[in-house]
Amino acid sequence: MESLTNRKKVVSDKPMTLWEKIYIPAIVGGMMTTMRHMLRPRKTIKYPEETRVFAPVYRGQHVLKRDEEGRENCTACGLCAVACPAEAITMISAEREKGEEHLYREEKYASSYEINMLRCIFCGLCEEACPKEAVFLTDRIVKTEFERDEFIYGKDKLVETMDDRIDITKRQFTGKRTEQ
Amino acid sequence: MDTAMLIEKSVLVILLFLISLGVAAYQTYFERKLAAWIQDRVGPDRAGPFGILQPIADGVKMFLKEDFIPAKADKWLFIIGPGISMFTALITSSVIPWGTNLNLFGRNISLQVADFNIGILFVFGVVSIGVYGIMIGGWASNNKYSLYGAIRASSQMISYELAMGISAITIVMMSGSLSLNDIVKSQHGMNWNIFYQPVAFFIFFITSMAELNRAPFDLPECESELIGGYHTEYSSMKLGLYLFSEYTSMFVSSAIMAILFFGGYNFPGMDAFSGNLLAILSIAAFALKIFLFIFVIMWIRWTIPRFRFDQLMHLGWKVLIPAAIVNMLVTGLVIAWNEGWM
Repeated sequence: MESLTNRKKVVSDKPMTLWEKIYIPAIVGGMMTTMRHMLRPRKTIKYPEETRVFAPVYRGQHVLKRDEEGRENCTACGLCAVACPAEAITMISAEREKGEEHLYREEKYASSYEINMLRCIFCGLCEEACPKEAVFLTDRIVKTEFERDEFIYGKDKLVETMDDRIDITKRQFTGKRTEQ
Repeated sequence: MDTAMLIEKSVLVILLFLISLGVAAYQTYFERKLAAWIQDRVGPDRAGPFGILQPIADGVKMFLKEDFIPAKADKWLFIIGPGISMFTALITSSVIPWGTNLNLFGRNISLQVADFNIGILFVFGVVSIGVYGIMIGGWASNNKYSLYGAIRASSQMISYELAMGISAITIVMMSGSLSLNDIVKSQHGMNWNIFYQPVAFFIFFITSMAELNRAPFDLPECESELIGGYHTEYSSMKLGLYLFSEYTSMFVSSAIMAILFFGGYNFPGMDAFSGNLLAILSIAAFALKIFLFIFVIMWIRWTIPRFRFDQLMHLGWKVLIPAAIVNMLVTGLVIAWNEGWM
């Protein structure tokens, strides 16, 4: 049969020659192979001390962004929850009261916003669906926990604080929308 | 025997004991590192810098494990087995000349515990007792896998000891002495036996790997068929002694190979030195040779897969023994020709 690749090798069961029978050349050849591996530089990354450099588009733990004045971007429209294929996102919306203008950018906001990190598959569809540039995936890793309920991240873990802004410029491939 | 002699020998014995154990412990570390390097891994690196404390951690772990003796096992033989293995592994180092004489406190100290005039016979005798450690351990465990391992070990050792002895006889014929000290002295400088007896060295090297139960001859303990072989039922430091005795034997047989074929403590250009400097340099040269042998034995282990048992027997009886006998006859003829007997 015509071979489809050039890797075809003809196998035969002809008796071994004396050179092959003494095995020494084959053993020396094998030892040279292992020696080559011994001298090769290691590619292991010793995790706790060293960390792998993430790709710029790495999708890790989510962040809920604030704008420049520190107001939350999220308006609890629910598009992220609709887009989520793993149904990991739930939220409760609330209306902004008088005197809360410095906290929420628009009249409606999420009083509760929860992502179940065990359900989440880190596909990034929530980020794509968000019209307000509120939710982004970052290069942070979701920490391990001992209890399952600790993986349900509320607003306390998701919303960034003003003195510790999370850098998402690497994932911001569109320009910021101008306020209408 | 005067008191100073007694003290000197006792210090040497204790030093040798500690060094053998220390070397054996660090061989386990080196073996794991080497295996890791060959398999593109890093190896143990958590305990101390570069994992240098790993053998100590392993030893502590071994001591803390439950020391279990199976109900149907022969209790005393079960206890004696690992003891014999360890004893025979350690006792061989007593006849090895570790270096030239050292001058300390106005005394000429020989770096050899006992200079038997039958040193090499002693080594072979002790090594063949070593198989009893494995046989007794395997028998006393009262377990079929252990027994299989013990049977394999004994048949393997019997078949390989013959070729080993015959290849060593050529060295005895050349040096005209059974004393290890005389054999080393006859290889002064670079006049090593390997240049005269490469075939004998080759046979001796293969057979000593078989004697050590090292891969590719580790059939007595092959994990995949015999779940550990003769030490299946062992736990705690009894298992530790079996594993340890394997590494100690490896150290000692590397030393024997270095003595018989690579000039022992001799090194080229040794006539330029004298006194204690020569002694220290000769110890260093000997240690380097031992290290290289250990390295090669480990390198082979992580390269070549295990033999099938019939291949092992074929190699021993049909290849190595005839080759060793032919080599011995040729050596005899050459010696007779040189001496003018023919």
